[in-house]
Amino acid sequence: MTAVAPQTRRAEDAVAQLVADYEAFAANGAAGAPPWVQELRAGAIRQFAEAGFPSTKDEEWRFTSVEPITRTRFAVASATVSAAVRRAVEEVAIGESGERLVAVYVNGRFVSELSSLALPTGVTIGSLAAAAEGDVARQHLGRLADPSANPFTALNTAFVLDGAFVHVGRNVAVDRAIQLVFVSLAGSEPTVSHPRNLYLFDDGAQASIIEQFVGIGDGPYWTNAVTETVLGENAVVDAYRVQREHDNAFHTATSQSRQGRSSVYTSVTFAFGSRLTRYDLNATLDGEGAECTINGLSVLRDEQHVDFHTTLEHAKPHCPSWEVFNGVYDDRSRGVFSGRIIVRPGAQRTDSKQTNNNLLLSEDARADSQPQLEIYADDVKCTHGATLGPIDPKAMFYLRSRGLDEEAARNLLTFGFGAEILNSVSVEELRTQLDGIVHARLDESARKRSS
Amino acid sequence: MLEIKNLHASAEGTEILHGINLSVGKGEVHAIMGPNGSGKSTLAQVLAGHPGFEVTQGSVTYEGQDLLEMDPEERARAGLFMAFQYPVEIRGITNAYFLRSAVNAIRKTQGLPEYDPIDFLDVLAQKLRTIGWDDSLMSRAVNEGFSGGEKKRNEILQMAVLEPKLAVLDETDSGLDIDALKTVADAVNKLRGPERSMVVVTHYQRLLNYIVPDYVHVLADGRIVRSGGKELALELEDKGYDWLREPAVAR
Repeated sequence: MTAVAPQTRRAEDAVAQLVADYEAFAANGAAGAPPWVQELRAGAIRQFAEAGFPSTKDEEWRFTSVEPITRTRFAVASATVSAAVRRAVEEVAIGESGERLVAVYVNGRFVSELSSLALPTGVTIGSLAAAAEGDVARQHLGRLADPSANPFTALNTAFVLDGAFVHVGRNVAVDRAIQLVFVSLAGSEPTVSHPRNLYLFDDGAQASIIEQFVGIGDGPYWTNAVTETVLGENAVVDAYRVQREHDNAFHTATSQSRQGRSSVYTSVTFAFGSRLTRYDLNATLDGEGAECTINGLSVLRDEQHVDFHTTLEHAKPHCPSWEVFNGVYDDRSRGVFSGRIIVRPGAQRTDSKQTNNNLLLSEDARADSQPQLEIYADDVKCTHGATLGPIDPKAMFYLRSRGLDEEAARNLLTFGFGAEILNSVSVEELRTQLDGIVHARLDESARKRSS
Repeated sequence: MLEIKNLHASAEGTEILHGINLSVGKGEVHAIMGPNGSGKSTLAQVLAGHPGFEVTQGSVTYEGQDLLEMDPEERARAGLFMAFQYPVEIRGITNAYFLRSAVNAIRKTQGLPEYDPIDFLDVLAQKLRTIGWDDSLMSRAVNEGFSGGEKKRNEILQMAVLEPKLAVLDETDSGLDIDALKTVADAVNKLRGPERSMVVVTHYQRLLNYIVPDYVHVLADGRIVRSGGKELALELEDKGYDWLREPAVAR
């Protein structure tokens, strides 16, 4: 095999390299996994090899080129624990140590010594690799996230090794947030990790779950995560996801949830970091009367690019869903929002509302918004709306007429885009932490404008 | 308090106000009435400093200062307040937060300490008691999803909190049913006082049954064509605006 210089590396070469990496992985460190996991991987790598990386000619990838990823040779990351990792965990974890539930994953692997898990009865939080030895994980892993739907999901599945496993038993209400911290380490060469997460909430379970994605080091790395979430009947789950990778990182991820009857799922996603993020958030309302809220916020600068692709699938009748995605874009950053709502035949009385608001703080920033409605039932209510542009001069005048100067008015209006989403965070300490991040970002933008 | 002399203003190159003269004394309530398109709202917006209008001639003096030289926020800090005909929605920002930001912006320029969120809750509670309203609008995003009546109430609430010396109410009655109108007018009346002047812009005489003005002016085609006491409003109710228009054209 000839070495390929980075600038001429093509997508096919990247695929071939990853397949070769998989073969080495399958023959080597991955051999300890149960046979069913090995089969899952083998099927997924075949699907990835067939599909290859998406190009901007694919409708679902029109606005997002993955070329910066295919151009780079990423080695499979290994986990090491350092003082920097401990500091990173301390920075994002909330609550008193000793009382909190924090599980730490370094380059996708569970690290027990960094975790703080005094587990309540009926709750399991820890390593997927360990859980894969049991029946529960086997029943669910790979059942929701479809490798044929997304090559990055296929790749994650091919390299599935470890990640977060959470199981909350029937009628168990967890009284504090379950915090999962994913730390990626940038080494001397670019590395990739594939965290694979499985969250199971049995009938009547109630919990809040916080995923934090952080990076350490300056070099490029790539996090390729997949999360599958199952909500039983009447389960109530708030899921927060904070992506604050460092500026040289690539982040690709899929989340797929399925809800049972009368369950309530609230997902709130934040994107602040990475140079390139593609996040596919797919939620299936698969039981009558289930409720789903998916909100998201991107606050970007420089040349950051975040592509949120959401699919809300209404498979059963009488389900309401709400979706608000806001973006604030400075410099030459770019945001993409694609919101698909699918109403399956028979999913009558669906009531779905989608909103996407984009605020452009710079003339070079860009946002693309794509609502897609596919409705196969006749008694449904689906609305969608999008806004795009700089700060509204009418609102500026309104605030100035109340005594706020131009800068204060602009800052308030800008913060409002974030606050609309931050308001849906009901874990108070997390809300405070995120407020701080958004304020710091926007203050920085304001300083740039005034200098 | 407010002295408007020969005010001409245009929007996008078209002159709308053709020489307004108006003098408002301390504590006085003036009603500006007139048909659609007469320039009532333009006058209100020019006073508040809307950047979409250009003053081409004339002067406006407010408490001895050249109002037209002041930015909108400077006018607000000097005690001028306009209740918007179409209040603007501010996403993500709660009414309580917005009001505190506005009050603090004004206090800062007056050299007064800013309120923290807890202190401000007390201030707010006291204002709400004054006008007899509850705090149901406080935790909602500013004007977002508000009904027409709620939006107008919210404007008056801002006026109560900001304590202006001169309040310009731009068609605060439009779109209100009679109950909502009474609620809003009651609150406005509670905010009347010897230190507070008001300019009440309205299309309908109905509002003036509840907010009884000291003076009534009729605006037609960008000029004040008639001024009088509160009885002028009743006359307009009887006769409409047409009988006043003709002399304006003939002039």
